[in-house]
Amino acid sequence: MLHLSGGATASAFLLTAPAAVPLAVAGAYALATPRTRPTAAAFAAELTEARQRASAQGPVLLVEAPEPDQVSARHGQDWAGLVSPAVILTCGSLLAADVDSGGSQRAYSGLLRADALTAWMLLVIGTVALIACGSAPAYLHGERDAGRASARAVSRYHVLVQAFLAAMSLAVVTANLGVLWVAIEATTIVTAFLVGHRHTRTSVEAAWKYVVICSAGIALAFLGTVLIYYAARQAGIAEAWALDWPTLVARADRLDPAVTRLGITLVVLGFGAKAGLIPLHAWLPDAHSQAPAPVSALMSGVLLSVAFAAILRYRVIADAALGPGFTRVLLAGIALLTLALAAGLLLAQRDYKRMLAYSSMEHMSLIALAAAIGSPLALSAALLHIAGHGLAKSVAFCASGRILQITGTARIGLVRGLLAQAPPLAGAFGLAVVALMAFPPFSLFASELGIARAGFAAGGGLGWVMAVALLLVLVAFAALAARTARMLLGPGTPSEESPSAVWPLLLGLAACAALGVALGPLTDLLHAAAQAIGG
Amino acid sequence: MSGGLYTQLLDLACGAFLLAAVIVLWMRELASIVRVFALQGIALAAIAVLLGAHEERWDLIAVGIGIGALRAGVLPYLMRRALAALTQDRRRYADGGAETRETQPLVNVAASLLTASLLTLLAYAVARPLTALHPTPATHALPVGLAVVLIGFFVLVTRRRALAQVVGFLLLDNGITATAFLATSGVPLIVELGVSFDVLLAVLVLQILTTRMREAFGTTDIDDLRELHD
Repeated sequence: MLHLSGGATASAFLLTAPAAVPLAVAGAYALATPRTRPTAAAFAAELTEARQRASAQGPVLLVEAPEPDQVSARHGQDWAGLVSPAVILTCGSLLAADVDSGGSQRAYSGLLRADALTAWMLLVIGTVALIACGSAPAYLHGERDAGRASARAVSRYHVLVQAFLAAMSLAVVTANLGVLWVAIEATTIVTAFLVGHRHTRTSVEAAWKYVVICSAGIALAFLGTVLIYYAARQAGIAEAWALDWPTLVARADRLDPAVTRLGITLVVLGFGAKAGLIPLHAWLPDAHSQAPAPVSALMSGVLLSVAFAAILRYRVIADAALGPGFTRVLLAGIALLTLALAAGLLLAQRDYKRMLAYSSMEHMSLIALAAAIGSPLALSAALLHIAGHGLAKSVAFCASGRILQITGTARIGLVRGLLAQAPPLAGAFGLAVVALMAFPPFSLFASELGIARAGFAAGGGLGWVMAVALLLVLVAFAALAARTARMLLGPGTPSEESPSAVWPLLLGLAACAALGVALGPLTDLLHAAAQAIGG
Repeated sequence: MSGGLYTQLLDLACGAFLLAAVIVLWMRELASIVRVFALQGIALAAIAVLLGAHEERWDLIAVGIGIGALRAGVLPYLMRRALAALTQDRRRYADGGAETRETQPLVNVAASLLTASLLTLLAYAVARPLTALHPTPATHALPVGLAVVLIGFFVLVTRRRALAQVVGFLLLDNGITATAFLATSGVPLIVELGVSFDVLLAVLVLQILTTRMREAFGTTDIDDLRELHD
């Protein structure tokens, strides 16, 4: 008995920490913010100061170089952000071990729950956050040097990024579908000011579109959630359990089919908005290209897949209530349209951050296609693809942020000879794009192969869908390859790049390649996670 | 409360709720739109309180009053403040009050009202399985909630002023809350609290963005947001 209660406390701790620790870190950052109220005079002074710095960057910076201890304090502040990814990773691994030995873990009367999918998603969030937060100090350093980031802005950046991590962790550890919705909507709110962190026209426009489209889209998902709740209450499930995912899965056969169908459609469209799927995808390229690079990495690498994990959860309910045909047609249609749009716009792309954003839509549609197929192989491949895409895309975005700082432009046509200019950085960017094009040894090769095999094995029209999808992937491949080669190759003058900026990128690439060669201890977790969502 | 009176009052509240959404489509002055939106919040609170009184659930009445305070008090106050900020610096931009009016909506008023009636019919058609699952006076009024959701979406895509878009988003949200009350007497309290908090924060974020938009573009006309495209 004593042992049991000890185990319950431990699992409650492991379930709480991934969301609570980032929130606590965010609070600590907020408390450490310089306490000057932004009066009009102070703002004007700050503005003129920034202008001066922008007009004569080098000399002014040399004269006004801050005190050394101040610099080290700032660096300490930047590195402190790594605490949360470390905690999320640790909790994810410990939960993976617990789930492997003792099944799903619950806490707070079922509000928080971890199964293999939770552990897998926590590991992905932790690793991608490690890459993003690890490359943040170099990025922020560059922004400070260019006079684009005041101490207050950097502090606000840290608060919001940590709150963002907390919201994403909450979204994957909760079993309550209502709380899941609240957490995903919270990610929109905390990232709004990260997308619009500059007061320029493009930045404000991206932030406005982001908040309006995502909030309206996700409101649809809430309407869907309400309808599922209605169906569940009418099926005789008590109020406290009618939004509980395991309960709904267990009793899905009693849900009214007509109401469930309407609810699931709204949920897929709504969370699909947040996952970058058609028809509410228009925010994605704008937001990804305007956000600071580490935030783009987090949004593209994990936010999209956290939203898609919600769809995966609902898919289990829908398949049990309606049979597999309904979500299959819905998801396959959405996936194919998204893929066609992404491939077409990749061909016409002139901005490298937007190019990476459309590549995210391409990969999310492949994951959606795998979910439509729904066989164990397809679902395992989808989860592996989520991890591989998260790693490769976060490396690519973090590198693109540094490239933007070095070259000063986001236009592909104006960037030449990066390999000669900054070899380690350009190498990391190039390898990340190679990984995104699904070359071996990176894990995206294995997962795309798995999805394709599962698609051709499934039959019933899915083979044709898969063939069209592969053709579109080939188009995207050609577009990515041509544009990246243009940026990397050619003559250029070498510029210095501190090696500390590159280690998170190499770590991400190494992890992506390692996943592609052998899953090792993660094999069981991956299969258990696929099993948890109906594989 | 007797069954007949309850049904009539509930239908009255739902009717007022739908009418407010239609009047928003009809109005052009943003200040009046915000006022109508506040009235809709009161109708929404009335729906919740009536359901609570009928089922004799005090928690539902409390939730209803809370919803009323948020949707008829706090949110309209925030919108009015944003509007006042736009009016205050009118002289700086010298555009004679164009900011506070929906000068040229994408679809004119007559067509908007016609669309609203079509959307209401659509809502009734879509909601048939929902009503059939559990026919009560409350679920018979359920299509009204869905109609307001659709009208909110329509406002969101056809209005050009930033604040009018915010109203569209809030109409959408009111519609969903009404659907939740009419279908299931509201979602569990923890979810309701989370949702209300998220909506409040979203409106605060949009309010700040409106100010920034005015600073960056000199207007809050959404059509001027065309820097980013492919």
